[in-house]
Amino acid sequence: MAHHPFTRRTLLGAGALLGLDAAAGGRARAATPLTVGFIYVGPKDDYGYNQAHAQAAKALKGMSGIEITEEERVPETNAVEKTMESMINLDGATLLFPTSFGYYSPYLLNEARKNPKIQFRHCGGLWTEKDPQNAGSYFGYIAQGQYLNGIVAAHASKSKKIGFVAAKPIPQVLNNVNAFLLGARSVDPAITCQVIFTGEWSLAVKEAEATNALVDGGADVITCHVDSPKVVVETAARRGAFVCGYHVNQSPLAPQKYLTGAEWNWLPIYKDAIAAMQAGKVPAHFVRGGLADGYVKMSPYGPAVSDGARRNADAVKAEMLKGGYAIIKGPLKDNTGKEVMPAGKAYPEKAVELEGTNYLVEGVKGSV
Amino acid sequence: MSDDLGLWSVPLAILGGAIRVSTPFLFVSLGETITERSGRINLGLEGTLVFGAMSAYATAVLTNSPWAGVAVAGLAGGLFGLLHGYICKFPKVNDVAIGIALMLFGTGLAFFFGKPFIQPPAPPLPAIPFGAWSDLPQVQAALRVNVLFLAGAALSVALWWGFRNTKAGLILRVVGDSADAARALGYDVDRVRLVATGFGGVLAGIGGSYLSLYYPGSWNEGISSGQGLMAVALVIFARWNPLACFGAALLFGGAGALGPALQSVGVSQGYYLFYAAPYVLTLVLLIATSSPDRALAGAPGELSLSK
Amino acid sequence: MVADAAPSKLAADRPRGWTSLPLRAWLARRCEALAIPVGAALVGFLLFGLFLAALGKSPLQLVDIVWRGGFGSPFALGNSLQRAAPLLFAALCVALPARLGLVVIGGEGAIVLGGLAAAAAAQPLAGLPALLAVPLMAGAAMLAGAVWIGAVGWLQAYRNVNATISSLLLSYIAIALANHLIEGPLRDPASLNKPSTLPVGDAFMLGPMPVIGVHWGLGCGILACLIAYVLMDRTTLGFAARIAGGNVRAAQIQGLPVGRLIVGFTALGGAFAALAGYFEVAAVQGNANGTLAAGYGYTGILVAFLARQNPLAIMPVAFLLGGIEASSGLIQRRMQLPDATVLVLEGLLFLVVLLSETLYGRFKPFNPHLWAEKREAVPA
Repeated sequence: MAHHPFTRRTLLGAGALLGLDAAAGGRARAATPLTVGFIYVGPKDDYGYNQAHAQAAKALKGMSGIEITEEERVPETNAVEKTMESMINLDGATLLFPTSFGYYSPYLLNEARKNPKIQFRHCGGLWTEKDPQNAGSYFGYIAQGQYLNGIVAAHASKSKKIGFVAAKPIPQVLNNVNAFLLGARSVDPAITCQVIFTGEWSLAVKEAEATNALVDGGADVITCHVDSPKVVVETAARRGAFVCGYHVNQSPLAPQKYLTGAEWNWLPIYKDAIAAMQAGKVPAHFVRGGLADGYVKMSPYGPAVSDGARRNADAVKAEMLKGGYAIIKGPLKDNTGKEVMPAGKAYPEKAVELEGTNYLVEGVKGSV
Repeated sequence: MSDDLGLWSVPLAILGGAIRVSTPFLFVSLGETITERSGRINLGLEGTLVFGAMSAYATAVLTNSPWAGVAVAGLAGGLFGLLHGYICKFPKVNDVAIGIALMLFGTGLAFFFGKPFIQPPAPPLPAIPFGAWSDLPQVQAALRVNVLFLAGAALSVALWWGFRNTKAGLILRVVGDSADAARALGYDVDRVRLVATGFGGVLAGIGGSYLSLYYPGSWNEGISSGQGLMAVALVIFARWNPLACFGAALLFGGAGALGPALQSVGVSQGYYLFYAAPYVLTLVLLIATSSPDRALAGAPGELSLSK
Repeated sequence: MVADAAPSKLAADRPRGWTSLPLRAWLARRCEALAIPVGAALVGFLLFGLFLAALGKSPLQLVDIVWRGGFGSPFALGNSLQRAAPLLFAALCVALPARLGLVVIGGEGAIVLGGLAAAAAAQPLAGLPALLAVPLMAGAAMLAGAVWIGAVGWLQAYRNVNATISSLLLSYIAIALANHLIEGPLRDPASLNKPSTLPVGDAFMLGPMPVIGVHWGLGCGILACLIAYVLMDRTTLGFAARIAGGNVRAAQIQGLPVGRLIVGFTALGGAFAALAGYFEVAAVQGNANGTLAAGYGYTGILVAFLARQNPLAIMPVAFLLGGIEASSGLIQRRMQLPDATVLVLEGLLFLVVLLSETLYGRFKPFNPHLWAEKREAVPA
């Protein structure tokens, strides 16, 4: 680990930090801490997307030479521009992590152009070479986690039907749905997956109703892609279905029914970016990775996971840890019968094409 | 295990949804009916509902008793109601506006104090398995009826009867129809309204406890998403009739289950429009039962909304 | 003064201009209209300070933060004004129908549809000069909002459907409809993970206003408030609306077209609200997407009621609210308090300010009719 605040200070020099020094007042003579700003769209403790980021931010707080400034429930409107500016001007933040997808365009781009000396890293993978050089993005291939979820789910399912509560039919969600089903089908090709879209990222009653509808339809393992999976996990467990988690470890909510879960692990990305800043370098512009890079991890197996399921999932996981694992590989049809991938072709985890997924694979019931 | 019901699962889901989702609507709209019958409108029950949900969950976490949670939610809701009732007795104070401020205040307090209770699990309220006779898990699930639902159903009958046949009901209606007439009869209008608003708050708070302790059965900041506001609106739809409130709540809950149920049987295009079904249905019924000549039948004469 | 007693007593219910009253009495009323809400707001802050003190946080720090975050610097002021801009339009959607006695709470729907209509209109207009296309886009937005909220008025006037409930229902329906269109027929295929309409194009985007750097929604919002004020307080139409709002039957006997007044005022309110959506699209986001439903419509209800449905008062109230919301971030970051702190503060503040309405007409220095009564009492 390259945490050498003093190196950073000497290397980075006065230029970028002049404003910060002025803001911090006289005591800024000694090691000026690097102030890192985190912006969340929802509450920090939502048992989901925002919590995954906030957990990483919390872990950073103990590090020397770092100051963390956080703001939660910032809407995806021009309010987030003001939050970024406020963190820059009043808190002296020089590295910002606006974590919600909708913050990028136009808000983050506007602020990046306005504040060329501040580094912006956005969660979602939208940055391209045409965008400002002080901006960038990072994201994790969590579909790998959903594939492993699918494997474990297939071993647990008796009805051979599994269910997915999804927010919106956007590529990232569709990749997860497809991966969950394909993981399950790698165990048993007869399995089908019903998907229900709620239309919103966070809507408790609708998520509960969707979960009930899935269980009523015969699904006995449920997973989801909504901002806060708490309601889905609890509702499914109460209905007697098994659950696979998402975003963070939800096993405390359903200790008996929780099989495993796909979790984010943002900490290495944040640590790398901070280390780069401290070394006076520009943090990487485009960071993406999955299990192999440690940006995605799996929840520990629950008590209901059989030995066979563990062995199966662990074996695939070992393959994934080597890097370059392809979930989407031909021959593959979508659920309308159209071929989406000919035999012999495959999209490994880093394939850009996955960002444009607009289909559900054969075996998923539902439509985009 | 997998009994495929095909299209039959849709009406079953609507029935189940009506029973599961309607209870908060029912309690809030019954509470609001009492308040509005006294001639005041409390638009702030959304805030009361959310605070009720939080306080019930927090209490259940701390005491391990869901019923203690219901009691605390009712109590807290009552305090909010009394606050509204007390403030609105001053001349020139607008009850609709105070309600909106209380909506903000209640929601704010609930979020503020609710932070530490998002993570821990709480014991849920018990349910009665009326579907035990059936072999079908779907039927069993749809007919798992929470005690609060039954209490709400009983309450709506009792209120319907009580408005007509008890002295308290009569006083309430007189106060709501004409404050001057009530004063002439020697009733303390402000006190009646204070009690009515307080009672409305109690019911809204209990409605909130259902949200957090039974269905969806957890506390988070998105738990209500406007159900309290909608329930207040349903009172107008139900024409201030407690029995009609019960019907409106069932209708609204059932229509809300339509979207997910249709997706699960393969009707998956245009789900946003299906999700709007409860609102469309309510609006259509409202227009269909309206008339150009007749103002709202059953509206309390003192109500600022219906003047 | 004595001679003035009778007319001033009548006018005391609602000050109407100053020409009919001596300057001193007019000033006294204006002072009352300022002193009571400001005093109440101070009491509200004081109560919130007690709340904070009880939690072991410093109330003085809060004052400092609200000042620095919302008002104390050009950046803070810009932040507050930016947040106030959509609230001006949203509040008018409540205040205009309120003149006729209607409580409309569904402005959110008009905002969303207005933004969507503007974004949709931009596509066929592509290639036209901006001078022509920009007003047409705004017009499309206003038309959508006018139809949506005008329908609320029509239902109330001609079918006796309560405007409060129909506007709320229609706002949920509008949001569902907009989501359906944004993620379906009107979706830009390139908008992968954030479903949006096609961009309106840089040529049709509005820049910021000079000097203050806030988008043009602010200037137009102020203009809209002024227009609404003139309409409501300085025209026959506004006067007729007030009569109809006070007593429908009296208005009908007078031969006033109550139904058309209701439809007209609600439609205008909807058109204004839709402009909030228009500016969100054409000055901020560049396309229409799900974040159009950001809750401005609901905050606008609060602004309108706090402003006592007076378009002139909407401006300072929206600014105050914008300032409080602008300081929300600093409250989180500096005081380690949850975001909901601002909700508690706003709720408390508004409770006290709304409660203070009961004080109007009670303080002698502010109320000329009380001066007169006293003088009358002395000779008797």
